[in-house]
Amino acid sequence: MLEEHAKVVQFVSLAGQVTGRKKLQKMVYIAKKMQFPFQEKYQFHIYGPYSEELTLRIEELCNMGFLSEEKEDKGSYVQYRYAVTDEGTSFSSMLSKQCDKLPTVIELMNDKSARFLELVSTLLYFDELSKEERIEKVHVVKGKLNFTEEEMSDAFEFIAQLEQQSIN
Amino acid sequence: MTILNISKSHIYSTEKYDHRKWGAFMSYATAKLEEEKVFKDPVHRYVHVRDQVIWDLVGTREFQRLRRIKQLGTTYLVFHGAEHSRFNHSLGVYEIVRRMVDDVFKGRPEWDESERLVVLCAALLHDLGHGPFSHAFEHVFDLDHEEYTRHIIMGDTEVNEVLRRVASDFPQKVSNVIAKTYVNKQVVSMISSQIDADRMDYLQRDAYYTGVSYGHFDMERILRVMRPREDQVVIKSSGMHAIEDYIMSRYQMYWQVYFHPVSRSAEVILTKILHRAKALSEKGYTFLHEPTHFRAFFVGEIKLEDYLALDESILLTYFQLWMQETDPILSDLSRRFVNRKLFNYVEIDPAKDYQKLRELEELFRKAGIDPTYYLVLDSSSDLPYDFYRPGEEEERLPIHLLMPNDEIRELSRSSDVVDAISGKRRTDHKLYFPEDILQESGKKKLLRKQILDILKG
Repeated sequence: MLEEHAKVVQFVSLAGQVTGRKKLQKMVYIAKKMQFPFQEKYQFHIYGPYSEELTLRIEELCNMGFLSEEKEDKGSYVQYRYAVTDEGTSFSSMLSKQCDKLPTVIELMNDKSARFLELVSTLLYFDELSKEERIEKVHVVKGKLNFTEEEMSDAFEFIAQLEQQSIN
Repeated sequence: MTILNISKSHIYSTEKYDHRKWGAFMSYATAKLEEEKVFKDPVHRYVHVRDQVIWDLVGTREFQRLRRIKQLGTTYLVFHGAEHSRFNHSLGVYEIVRRMVDDVFKGRPEWDESERLVVLCAALLHDLGHGPFSHAFEHVFDLDHEEYTRHIIMGDTEVNEVLRRVASDFPQKVSNVIAKTYVNKQVVSMISSQIDADRMDYLQRDAYYTGVSYGHFDMERILRVMRPREDQVVIKSSGMHAIEDYIMSRYQMYWQVYFHPVSRSAEVILTKILHRAKALSEKGYTFLHEPTHFRAFFVGEIKLEDYLALDESILLTYFQLWMQETDPILSDLSRRFVNRKLFNYVEIDPAKDYQKLRELEELFRKAGIDPTYYLVLDSSSDLPYDFYRPGEEEERLPIHLLMPNDEIRELSRSSDVVDAISGKRRTDHKLYFPEDILQESGKKKLLRKQILDILKG
């Protein structure tokens, strides 16, 4: 019971702190695409793969007091910062095993910007297509963000780097 | 224009309609029925069809399959009127979008008329991939109905054949709109956003069929104040109160219908039946009746044909058959579902009680009751419905009002009503268990009584 909740707490605890809901959304998605066992269902939204289930689960975990949520007013919008509470630490310790590679993958992702992770997760979302088609698809669905060629090649490099750490 | 396609589509056409009547300059994409057809509908009064393409899509076997899948899954066990199907709902969403494009958007400079057919088809087909008791089924077999919607639209199906007659890239376009990856975001937002045709139909439809008195709002008014903009549809600020009503109705339906604890109990049992059947199959258990329809799902090699062959009547037939199985868990759970002998529940606060949950699992095992199937925690995050939240910048798109000075503004910043609801806590957890088993006399009676005392606090 509550294993899926515990996995999310463990995820945030390995990251130490995650700034921005969007960032957390993309990080879990990318981890999921790297075959780490997260159950949250994702759909494509304007800002890339998004899971309403994860949003709710995080809200539940905040209400339970296992995650802390700090709200930062950025003027025109608010940003949230997540960390694990002491209660949350003992709660997630019920998960007996954690995959050895997960901490590295999380660390790699947490160093990147939300924008970059949005690009990476969008590329992964279309991973059934060829590389050229994926790039084109990113320009179609995210025309406004104007990703540069450099960002694009960084993203592919990053995916390759993650894949070495992935479960398979 | 797809004039060149016409002659080919004649050959493949199986419709009785005489295509030659269209004349040389009319394509299948713009072909109209000679007379408008209507479907009687209790929610929208009539669903109007004039386009040949829409009429042909409704006639496909994949679309007709939706008649055999209920919109609200297990809710009929609580609200007995809720027997309406995804077929009804799909036609309803189509009708709402048709009213948007033909009555409200038509002629506005921000609306591109060439998107009309693609958005109508996407509206009609958006739920095509739903399986029987969709959510539970997807959960157990790790499937995604959106993926199946794409497969059906792109695969070797009657739906695909109809769409291809419009243009060879048309199925892909329709699929992209439904997958929300279409280039025109405004078109996407008509079907999937915080105020879209999908939600507007199911809220009213579910309210009508369950018979509850909340869930109603003034859709006519909302449609009239919708304004197409580049990336989304926005709402003229003078229509804010109609939107408030819609948000309230979403909120009410969430707690009163979608998250109803008894229909959740039925959903929990349904999920566990499927889990058990799958687990038995993996252990090599010999079923009294070979579960032909499920084999592909048990082994995880699912062909589109296997998927399309399932519907809710097939599942209910198996539940009847499984009541006779020798496995006590499978037969008991099936009996519970068929005869509506559901689990009881207690509210639980996992923050305080998560250690108690472990103890309970242990006690269940000692009492010889498998907690995997008989002690189940159900959380709000297990439900595929939600209510409106403005959210964080760039998390997902909120509802925007179009102010008189042409600025756009997020809804909850203007509406105190919406602000109040969207700040509300919306999480909830319940623990489900079979009280009748715990109350039985006989072996380990004391232990079972002890469990019941803990559960009931």
